[in-house]
Amino acid sequence: MGKQRNQFFKMGLLVVSLFVLDACSSTSEMEDESAATQSAASSNSGSSSSGAGSSNQLTQEQIRAQNALRQTVFYFDFDVAEFQPSDRETLTYHARDLAANSGKRIRLEGHADERGTREYNLALGERRANGILNYFIVNGASRSQIEVVSYGEERPEQSGQSEQAYGRNRRVEIVAQ
Amino acid sequence: MKLRFFFSIIFVLAKTDAYAELSIQITQGVDNPIPIAVVPFSMDSGIVLSEDVAGIVRNDLEQVGEFRTLSLSNMISLPDEEQEVFYRDWRILAQDYLLVGKIDQEPGSQLVQVQYEFFDVNREIKLAGEVLTGSITQLRDIGHTISNVVFEQVTGVRGAFTSQLLYIVAEGAGPSTSLFKLEKSDYDGARPQVLLESGEPIMSPSWSPNGQDVAYVSFETGLPRIYIQNISSGQRRQITNYPNINSSPVWSPDGNKLAMVLSKDGSPDIYVQDLVSNQLIKVTDHPAIDTEPSWTPDGDYIVFMSDRTGQPQIYQIALGANSYDVERLTYDCFQCAKARFLPDGVNLVHVRRETRQALYKIAILNIETLRVITLTDTSLDESPSLAPNGSMIIYATKFNGKGVLDAVSIDGRVKFRLPSTQGDVREPSWSPFLN
Repeated sequence: MGKQRNQFFKMGLLVVSLFVLDACSSTSEMEDESAATQSAASSNSGSSSSGAGSSNQLTQEQIRAQNALRQTVFYFDFDVAEFQPSDRETLTYHARDLAANSGKRIRLEGHADERGTREYNLALGERRANGILNYFIVNGASRSQIEVVSYGEERPEQSGQSEQAYGRNRRVEIVAQ
Repeated sequence: MKLRFFFSIIFVLAKTDAYAELSIQITQGVDNPIPIAVVPFSMDSGIVLSEDVAGIVRNDLEQVGEFRTLSLSNMISLPDEEQEVFYRDWRILAQDYLLVGKIDQEPGSQLVQVQYEFFDVNREIKLAGEVLTGSITQLRDIGHTISNVVFEQVTGVRGAFTSQLLYIVAEGAGPSTSLFKLEKSDYDGARPQVLLESGEPIMSPSWSPNGQDVAYVSFETGLPRIYIQNISSGQRRQITNYPNINSSPVWSPDGNKLAMVLSKDGSPDIYVQDLVSNQLIKVTDHPAIDTEPSWTPDGDYIVFMSDRTGQPQIYQIALGANSYDVERLTYDCFQCAKARFLPDGVNLVHVRRETRQALYKIAILNIETLRVITLTDTSLDESPSLAPNGSMIIYATKFNGKGVLDAVSIDGRVKFRLPSTQGDVREPSWSPFLN
């Protein structure tokens, strides 16, 4: 229990430092990444640090978390309600972030492509969002932090009848509250 | 008080003008339509009306596909009442039926009198005739009323020309959708009127059986919730506020209950809410998706879609039965969804995807003979809704990448389209008889 609390505390520090870094960084993602790489290199070359977040030097793990939290849209295969295995790691960072910040509230917005009936798509969007909700809870988030809403096919990310558009529309978005 | 009323009228009128109307386009008719002559209705000189009543009747009859009207240039006489009718004039032109009429308006009055007479040319008899009185803003209603009489005299089936449609319009399709509107129009798309508009989605409009109220889903609070709105007064109330999905409201045939879908217990299940006692009954209980409820014509069963076998199929359950006591109705399709019985209680209108590769079509399954008639050949067809006389189905489809409404006769022979000039049109709901 004490160990867990300590981890939460570290997480909190980490997030604070991420926030500071975020605030300083430019808006270009490319530049962000190069800046992050540099800071990772300096962190590695430096002497063993006294603790996470004690300086603006970030570990590779912290950078990974930072980048993961920046991804808020997750795409799904046709007729599939489970998130893609390649998103598992990113979603784990989101779950830990929620676990470490009990005051944080998010909305999981589920969406479907336009094929199939509207009411079924509304249910499919919810099924997708619930898959991520359950994964977050298993990984330490609290149910009360998360609101789930499905828009079905009503709010596409991209219009049109192409496979490409459909792929963009089958998604779950994490929206900070 | 009076002033406020005046302003609200202005507001509604301005709106109606600003929104582009849907207009009919016949895409497929029958092989041997019934020939009928609709003579232009005569008027005293000096009367100027905004609508051509005979023209409205002509359009009505043409667009249901079963009639072919005689063109004006082929008419050899223009009678406006019985004593001017010479049957041989119309037999020479190979017409089976003849409609004539005249319009009177008292000087300075807002009231018009429309007299019409309808004849069987071959039997040389008058089949119907009367004088209809109404305000000059009701000329379309008068025209549609005459079409109802003609249609019923010839086919024996009650006409649905005075019925109306509800549908959803999304403006600025796709990610830029800025406005969702619930609209009501005549059956032919004329006189559209906005009942509700919102920056958040509106879904699933459903007429009450008496035609006075509409139930729908609105995301206006950020969450899908069910509302009931009185169509003439605009007064509305929120019916549900359960966690998660609240959707698919459908009125029972007696108008006292609302079937709906709630996922408050984890997965979407079918519920029935009593609108008088507010009692909520859970009808289905399954971890898979159960949705799209509809009532059998006798109100004893709920038909619904479930993907409990992996893909959407259609089931029914008796009200009051155990939740596991469901009867599966479809087996022969990859996906079957959004089903509703015709008034005969045997033929089931539904959305069908025959195989994994097939398109979504509107089809009718006879649950006794298991015969399937596929009615449509467009793509992404959905949301079928039946005309009150059971003769046609209106549904949503895509044309040139845009949401449009198409109608098809239940035998598949006649098709027409209501193209919209603005926005994506979807989820049509055909009214019950309103007169």
